[in-house]
Amino acid sequence: MTSLLDTPTAAPDAPAARPERRWCAALGLLPFALYFLVFLGGPLYFVISGAFTDADGLPTVGNLVASLTSPQYLLAFRQSLVLSAVTAVIGAVFGTFLAQAVLTARPRSPLRRIVSTASGVLAYFGGVPLAFAFIAALGQTGLATAWLRSAGLDLYASGFRIDSLAGLALTYVYFQIPLMVILITPALEGLLPQWREAAENLGASAWSYWRLVALPVLAPAFAGATLVLFGNAFAAYATALALTSGSIPLVPTAIASALSGNVLVGQANVGLALGLDMVVVIAVVMVAYLWLQRRAARWSRR
Amino acid sequence: MTAVQKSPAETATDAAVEFRGVSRVFGETRALDGLDLALRRGELLALLGPSGCGKTTALRLLAGFDRPTSGEIRIDGTDVTGVPASKRDTGMVFQAYSLFPTMTAAENVAFGLRMRKVGGAERSRRAAELLELVGLGDRGGSYPHELSGGQQQRVALARALAVRPSVLLLDEPLSALDARVRVQLRDEIRRLQLAEGITTLFVTHDQSEALAVADRVAVLNAGRMEQVDVPQEVYARPATPFVAEFVGVMNTVPVSGNRITPGAAETAQVRPEALLVGAPDGLAGTVLTSTFLGPVTRLVIRTEVGELTADAVTRPGLPGIGDATTVQISG
Repeated sequence: MTSLLDTPTAAPDAPAARPERRWCAALGLLPFALYFLVFLGGPLYFVISGAFTDADGLPTVGNLVASLTSPQYLLAFRQSLVLSAVTAVIGAVFGTFLAQAVLTARPRSPLRRIVSTASGVLAYFGGVPLAFAFIAALGQTGLATAWLRSAGLDLYASGFRIDSLAGLALTYVYFQIPLMVILITPALEGLLPQWREAAENLGASAWSYWRLVALPVLAPAFAGATLVLFGNAFAAYATALALTSGSIPLVPTAIASALSGNVLVGQANVGLALGLDMVVVIAVVMVAYLWLQRRAARWSRR
Repeated sequence: MTAVQKSPAETATDAAVEFRGVSRVFGETRALDGLDLALRRGELLALLGPSGCGKTTALRLLAGFDRPTSGEIRIDGTDVTGVPASKRDTGMVFQAYSLFPTMTAAENVAFGLRMRKVGGAERSRRAAELLELVGLGDRGGSYPHELSGGQQQRVALARALAVRPSVLLLDEPLSALDARVRVQLRDEIRRLQLAEGITTLFVTHDQSEALAVADRVAVLNAGRMEQVDVPQEVYARPATPFVAEFVGVMNTVPVSGNRITPGAAETAQVRPEALLVGAPDGLAGTVLTSTFLGPVTRLVIRTEVGELTADAVTRPGLPGIGDATTVQISG
């Protein structure tokens, strides 16, 4: 009988892949690696080296100091951070509610199909077309503005402008919510029905279930998706430029004016330093996102 | 079945759980069709049937996750048909993966007590006690993903028992486990159920599981009850052809007297272990398959009355595949 209790002899491992075959597999990655190098590595090198070089080509930290201390850039950073954070949180909250509402609809209901298709399109609807759509709708002579005025609500008389921070936020939310729907839906689908039933069976109200069971499970995915939304807004350039013509200082528009010498000549390297600051912000966001992703994955391991 | 039939009034007061004419219709499908079933206090009743027979529907109706289309459900004599799941005082163990993933085993077990506003110290004490009871006294701090499937189901069982529910509901709790763990946990569930004396409804599609642990077995088919009886009776005297086929293996043969007789008008149902292989006066046949099961070998023999399944005590000289042999009802 001992033979039955013995650990079964391990099956011989699959023969290690021959080195030449591994090389072949790596070769498939080559186009991507090249692409990555040319279009991410190259510009990054250009940004970093430029940020630490003065107009005469000598090494300096002056650009970086200027990018982090001059009042106009500080204002740009503050506005960019506030705009990104506010639209990320609004987008995350409303996007989650919308995604949950869609998931509770019948799988083949038209609502579900419309919202998921629309989210896929609208999440990437940005830049000049979106800015134009908002100007046409909510600009001083926009359709919605005129309609609201005739209904007795004069937006512009009450201080609203489409080319303000609030107008920008409103426009950003338009693509932030659908992006959140796309990002959070898999996590919401990962909430197993038996968790809700087990909670109910043990006497939990709907609120207790969400507070104690569902939200803790969702938290890492929710926070991670919010970070993506933050990065998405932080890096948006064309929408802001087209909507405000650069009248609202934001980091991407500040970089554009510094690089093109719109305001002051010889600020190009300060523009690169601002670019480096942005790279650092996005890198921090990405590291936090990856860490949260790993936490989120923990609950789905069984 | 007990020899003395109780009067309906008596049964009503005695029943811990009662389904009275319960039907559940989904669109065109009658998942349950006028189910009448009473669970006695403290008994383990196995609700057995193939998938789609309505057994899970019955369990979910009792738990309160679903409402019957018609009929009435009572727990301890009280009509709970309209009572929400969270107020029904049932403890349920699901098929798998029902533990709350962000809570430790102990927190999972204490969850129901937390919902009942039991104080922290008392909660931890009871959770520890329950985990001890299911043999996981040292795993209270582990998260579900750190536990094996069998351990997770033990925690789920402890969680369901922690609130001292009036009924324990088991929804195929062993189906996701591997064979050895399944038998172990099955016996453990029975041990705990007897120790706690808790009325239990055990839904399963596995007849050997049902026969092994239940006080009574209720066989359900297409939303209707086929038979409710003690396991021995269900096995020995199946009430309907469906039960005969579903519970164990059954041969239907033409008989005259107690012998298989081709062409006889009368038929009998014979279990594989009641057939004698190589009987001197047996019906001739050819062995189609031979399956070694340890103490017995199961032979499928083709005869002129059809294919018969017979269990023979394993011994040298049993006919092999393709061999000619004879078969007859033993005794």
